[in-house]
Amino acid sequence: MTVAPESSSPLDPKIEIEVKGDSGAGSSDVPLLSLRALTKHFGPVEALRHCNLDIPAGKVTALIGDNGAGKSTLIKTISGIYPPSSGEIFWEGKPVHIHSPRESDALGITTVYQDLALCDNLDIVQNMYLGHEATKFGLLDEIEMELETKNLLRDLSVSTVQSVRQLVGSLSGGQRQAIAVARAVMRDTKLVIMDEPTAALGVSQTNLVLSLIQKLASRGIAVLVISHNLTDVFAVADRVAVLYLGNLISSGPVSEYDTASAVDLITTGTTSRDRAAVAAAS
Amino acid sequence: MTDAQASTSLLDEAATPASVFKTRLKALRRGDSGMLPIILGLVLLGAFFQIRSSTFLSAGNLTNLCIQSTVFILLGMAEIWLLLLGDIDLSVGWVAAVGAAIGSILLDTTFNWPWWAALLLAIVATTLIGTVQGLITIALNVPSFIVTLGGSLFWEGVAIYMIDSQNAGGAIPVREKVLYGIVNINMSPTATWIFSLAVAGGMSLLIFQKDRARRSSGLDSVTIYETFLKIASLVGLTVVLVLIFNTNRGTFTVLEGMPYAVPLIVVILGVYSFILTRTKPGRYLYAIGGNIEAARRSGVNVNRYRLLAFALTGFTSGVAGLVYASELGGISDGIAGGTLVLYAVAAAVIGGTSLWGGRGRMIHALVGGLVIATIYNGMALIQLNQSVELMATGAVLVVAIAIDSIARRGAAKLGG
Repeated sequence: MTVAPESSSPLDPKIEIEVKGDSGAGSSDVPLLSLRALTKHFGPVEALRHCNLDIPAGKVTALIGDNGAGKSTLIKTISGIYPPSSGEIFWEGKPVHIHSPRESDALGITTVYQDLALCDNLDIVQNMYLGHEATKFGLLDEIEMELETKNLLRDLSVSTVQSVRQLVGSLSGGQRQAIAVARAVMRDTKLVIMDEPTAALGVSQTNLVLSLIQKLASRGIAVLVISHNLTDVFAVADRVAVLYLGNLISSGPVSEYDTASAVDLITTGTTSRDRAAVAAAS
Repeated sequence: MTDAQASTSLLDEAATPASVFKTRLKALRRGDSGMLPIILGLVLLGAFFQIRSSTFLSAGNLTNLCIQSTVFILLGMAEIWLLLLGDIDLSVGWVAAVGAAIGSILLDTTFNWPWWAALLLAIVATTLIGTVQGLITIALNVPSFIVTLGGSLFWEGVAIYMIDSQNAGGAIPVREKVLYGIVNINMSPTATWIFSLAVAGGMSLLIFQKDRARRSSGLDSVTIYETFLKIASLVGLTVVLVLIFNTNRGTFTVLEGMPYAVPLIVVILGVYSFILTRTKPGRYLYAIGGNIEAARRSGVNVNRYRLLAFALTGFTSGVAGLVYASELGGISDGIAGGTLVLYAVAAAVIGGTSLWGGRGRMIHALVGGLVIATIYNGMALIQLNQSVELMATGAVLVVAIAIDSIARRGAAKLGG
């Protein structure tokens, strides 16, 4: 492997101590989320092997890799759907255990899934607040929710929906993604995980979603994006992480990668291109 | 529609009457206001029967029709709790029969319980039955269709066993005043006025406040005239109903006022609708019916609310059973629990509740129940055979499903 992982050996216990030390000092350099030696196996199959990854706040991290590389397993582990087999997760420098979607939600992690995010039979406002409804005297406060939804969509420049009382089932793919993302912002989310947010979208809708992703990061939210589309990755990502057969083989600032090296890493797990040279060239 | 077209956004634009009309029309095509066709159908049915039999629209017959519809309405409401989830309960008819049997037996001379204790136990029992069926469905992750199909057979056996074990010739009469009176005793005309106007007044206040709050917060909403139109039609309908109920419909003695079953339906309908539209559990039931995975990942405790729906179905079935016993003046081992469940589903679906989950309102059971009772009542009036009644109800059900399906296709088309 010519490209060294950003952090040193996954099994090195010093890493963990260092991270904990950072949080004690209150350093702002502590990444929002750190995975250390995260491993997940399903029976004999190792889907993730000692993965180390840092996800900083206010940055878009793109997770790339071939089919079956473990991308989905990784995000499902972070979002509490699969418990990790071993390894540690640090949230703002503190070790945490995420056993259910509810627990990841409580930390401030929101996952935007391709198809599973929204209820078609509910309108935009109802979807935005699902599970976190605003109430007044124990009853749903529809006016508050509708006003907030309108304000937020305006802030995020999502102006293509006709009415926030429109059923989500009548929205286009890009609009649905936009609503699903806006939902994350509404909940004071600190980390938004998106699985293939631009798959199956047209050009203008893709741009809508990409600009939304950048808006999230500019609000100080950490974004973790899974994508097959390297054009999109290089358009929005600040950082890149590559999974290859369950190993997190490379991660770093996007400037240290170009399309050629990314393709090499995705398909073969190694690249002959020098990171420093790529960074200097870009 | 493309994004470019849609981006002439209505988010900030003031709602013009034309745009309001346009959105209403769209909603209609989506099936949101799907009750319009069926209310039209109800009016046509009424007109047809009135032409064929001049007594159809008499006060006596209309009151009778209301009473006949109560069981269908209650069972329809029981079914809607589960239909909203995309589930179904095939046992409501026989669960109702179990409730009716428990209530009737405990009030009969052998046990002679106080009315409140007997009715309470009957309803607690059916609520538990619903809960248990829910637990089995959820814990084993099997279709509610199968669990309640088994339940239907099981509770049929239990109901017949309970009734026959009393050695009363297979029938328990209801003589106790409260249970008998639910359907067969009327409120005084004054009480009818007071109750009806109080309900209409309360609803008007709710409508007025809701519309005013929307207007004052600057959200696009109905105009003040629309609000008053809604309130006026509500009060108008109430007054007409009270006048019908308060007409003396007796031949030899004075018979006037609203049967107690009517306020019972009104209160249950009001509470249920309130739960569905104004509270978190109601919202979650719709969400689960629409996309159970999305609801789960939004942090909704899906199983808890599914169980709640099963329990409420059991509860409502129990009330329906007691009203049925009251209407029949007793309960026999020949009760057609298997047919009742079909009417329950039919009432909900005719009213506009979707069988696929996620779409429906409690008032659908009211409208659907009235349609079924109208056919039942009218066919008897014009002295048609029961065979024709069955065929007519079946045809109406299929037409209602067709409307539902067309509405869903319309929604899909608009979504494209």
